Amino acid sequence: MAVQSDADIVIIGGGNAALCAAITAAEAGAKVLILEGAPKAYRGGNSRHTRNFRCMHQKPMSVLVDRYDADEYYEDLLKVTGGKTDPELAKLAINASEECQPWMEANGVRFQPSLSGTLSLARTNAFFAGGGKALVNAYYRTAQALGVEVLYEAKVTHLSLEQNRVTAVEFSYQGESHILHPKAVIAASGGFQADTDWLAEAWGPAAKNFLIRGTPYNRGVVLKDLLDQGIQSVGDPTQCHAVAIDGRAPKFDGGIVTRLDCVPFSVVVNKNAERFYDEGEDVWPKRYAIWGRLVAAQPDQIGYVIIDAKSLNLFMPSVFPPIKADSIAELAEKMGIPAEKLESTINEFNAACTDGDFHPTELDGLATQGLTPPKTNWARPITEAPFYGYSLRTGVTFTYLGLKVDKTAQVQGPQGAVENLWAAGEIMAGSILGQGYLAGFGMTIGTVFGRIAGKEAAQYANH
Amino acid sequence: MQITKTIEEARRQVEICNACRYCESFCSVFPAINRERHFSDGDITQLANLCHNCRGCYYACQYTEPHEFKVNIPKAMAEVRQESWQDYAVPAMAAKTFHKSGVLMALAVIAALAFILLLFQNAAPAAGEAQAAGFYGVLPHNAMIAVFIPAFFLPIISIAISLRRYWKSIGGERLRLAHFTNALGSVAKLKDLSGGQGEGCNFEDEDRFSNARRWSHQAIMYGFLLCFASTSVATIMHYFFNMPAPYPLFSLPKLLGITGGVILSLGTLSMASLKLRADKNLGDARVWGGEMGFVLLLFVVSTTGLALYMLGSTGAMPALLAIHLASVLAFFLLTPFSKMIHGFYRLASLLRDAQIKAKL
Repeated sequence: MAVQSDADIVIIGGGNAALCAAITAAEAGAKVLILEGAPKAYRGGNSRHTRNFRCMHQKPMSVLVDRYDADEYYEDLLKVTGGKTDPELAKLAINASEECQPWMEANGVRFQPSLSGTLSLARTNAFFAGGGKALVNAYYRTAQALGVEVLYEAKVTHLSLEQNRVTAVEFSYQGESHILHPKAVIAASGGFQADTDWLAEAWGPAAKNFLIRGTPYNRGVVLKDLLDQGIQSVGDPTQCHAVAIDGRAPKFDGGIVTRLDCVPFSVVVNKNAERFYDEGEDVWPKRYAIWGRLVAAQPDQIGYVIIDAKSLNLFMPSVFPPIKADSIAELAEKMGIPAEKLESTINEFNAACTDGDFHPTELDGLATQGLTPPKTNWARPITEAPFYGYSLRTGVTFTYLGLKVDKTAQVQGPQGAVENLWAAGEIMAGSILGQGYLAGFGMTIGTVFGRIAGKEAAQYANH
Repeated sequence: MQITKTIEEARRQVEICNACRYCESFCSVFPAINRERHFSDGDITQLANLCHNCRGCYYACQYTEPHEFKVNIPKAMAEVRQESWQDYAVPAMAAKTFHKSGVLMALAVIAALAFILLLFQNAAPAAGEAQAAGFYGVLPHNAMIAVFIPAFFLPIISIAISLRRYWKSIGGERLRLAHFTNALGSVAKLKDLSGGQGEGCNFEDEDRFSNARRWSHQAIMYGFLLCFASTSVATIMHYFFNMPAPYPLFSLPKLLGITGGVILSLGTLSMASLKLRADKNLGDARVWGGEMGFVLLLFVVSTTGLALYMLGSTGAMPALLAIHLASVLAFFLLTPFSKMIHGFYRLASLLRDAQIKAKL
């Protein structure tokens, strides 16, 4: 059966950016078709794992308290990206975020005050009631009410690019290949983090041991297809955002519940039971991202976190219960690491701990003395049984490589802008987030550029 | 209660929720989860009875099947809750029987009908006289009382024993007025069916928010309470003011009863139709029949009551009266063993939740 569609605009992808584009274009009167690669149960890409949206605001707005102005927002972005950003696009996203929040509400998204354990974000981030999947559900409802057609498990394989125009969209659906010739195309199909072969090009075989925190459907097929045809790229092709997560997490889609927040209160060793980095360098929200890399650099890409009874309730519970033992040696055996070595590592650490006040929520300066590497905060001896352990692995969140776009979200080809191709979301986020991550900013980029792409594409298609 | 697979499964899921917390704003269950790190069997049962099966968390969840975590909180909670009602019931066997089967519930009504007709026969004056003398001509007031007093109080005793056991199992403490204000406030507004933002459940049309179930439930609850008030007022008028039935239209029993009856009929019809559209797999599918039977039983109680008011002076009266009394009798007797019991457990759990919150 050939797919019949007279859609003006084909949107590739079915996450936040795709849906914002679809709603905006449909409201402008365009006929829109969404080609979502995932089945309905997994629709929404990585958006289904998100939980909030970073939003500029001059005064208290909806669930957001106080104010968060554009300058502060931009400074926060510069801090995490180390300047690797496109200032024009970044400021555009920041300034537009304020008007997005009421638009999101009008299109069915419901907000809640910041979740327990995330009070630090109450001023900057608006949380979705029920999280990202609830947002995605609401947008599908709104889009379909506006007449947007949606095909699930429709995998786009190729875009024909001729003289700065996309002339055809090829995709597979229900076991057959199909081809469409829409007036305009929006690429919103995410990054390539689920393609571990591609990750291995940059990381070597180690990448095979990485876990992918989000959807298995972000394989970067459209991204690669376009880059192969000479579309300009942004972002470091070798880099991905990776954090340290529970080593028992599923290969894909483990999402938020696999995070482990106990590193600052622990001793972390590799499979040889040796410490390799300062566990107490900074508060966890500022350090969880570097631990993805640190663990990736260890043998077999695995780490082991060890805490004792007094630290068990200092961090958010994670989905898997810790491994528990009455002695360090027993814990080592249960975790499959050398017991004698672990005992000596812990003893050495304990001996290097000094007296002082312990404050779990702030840098307390309680540091080890004469230990390499040192632990510079929260260094309390691991002495109180039972002892608990977790394994740590590298969890990839997203990739940085993307399509270069201008401020109208139009994709830039070898000879300038591609006349009828726009991009939004993770597939172009590398221009703004060249490095690091700012909580909730991915959803801001997706929403702002999704809406821009939808508006521009509709204008073009209605022309 | 013995440790069951149902509780184990619910605990597994609740621990996932506690690591995620995305649903914190939906209802009372999630804040209650997030206050704890370890969940005893009693904690899980308490959470299960706090859950109103609005299903918002299911559709918002990133870990539902086909995800390997297989989270389905509405179902897990429904099953634990159901087992708590059955295990604590007195006698438990009756609960296990009637919760599961709408057919048996209907048979109970028929049995009650046979019993009432037998009473009629024994009390029966001549047909024409009966009509002239109104209801009490068909069945004298004293005979009615002799049947309904035990039919009302025996279930209450049974429920009281169950609730006491339940209260102990969830760690309930001495109650204060503030706990009641808090819990009854939630009941009055059915706050836990608001979806956290007032737009209701995700019940009859997948992830669409709708207040249809909340309103239907409110119609049933307030309709029922009005009918109950009507009967209570009439009893007081009968015994204390020597004003026996029948009452004119503009009297308290009639005004309360007719309003309540209409609201209750509409509410049960609407609830039954919503229930037909909802996904059975997001509740305890084992008791779907019994739940539907219960909703329909309430519908029969209210519509026959209304019909009796409208056709009370016609030849249909004795037959209608028999059906009405039989359905009311079955309803009372089945209260500890039917979905009706959920209201008592919910209130107990809301009270317990209010106690815990008051300590924070």
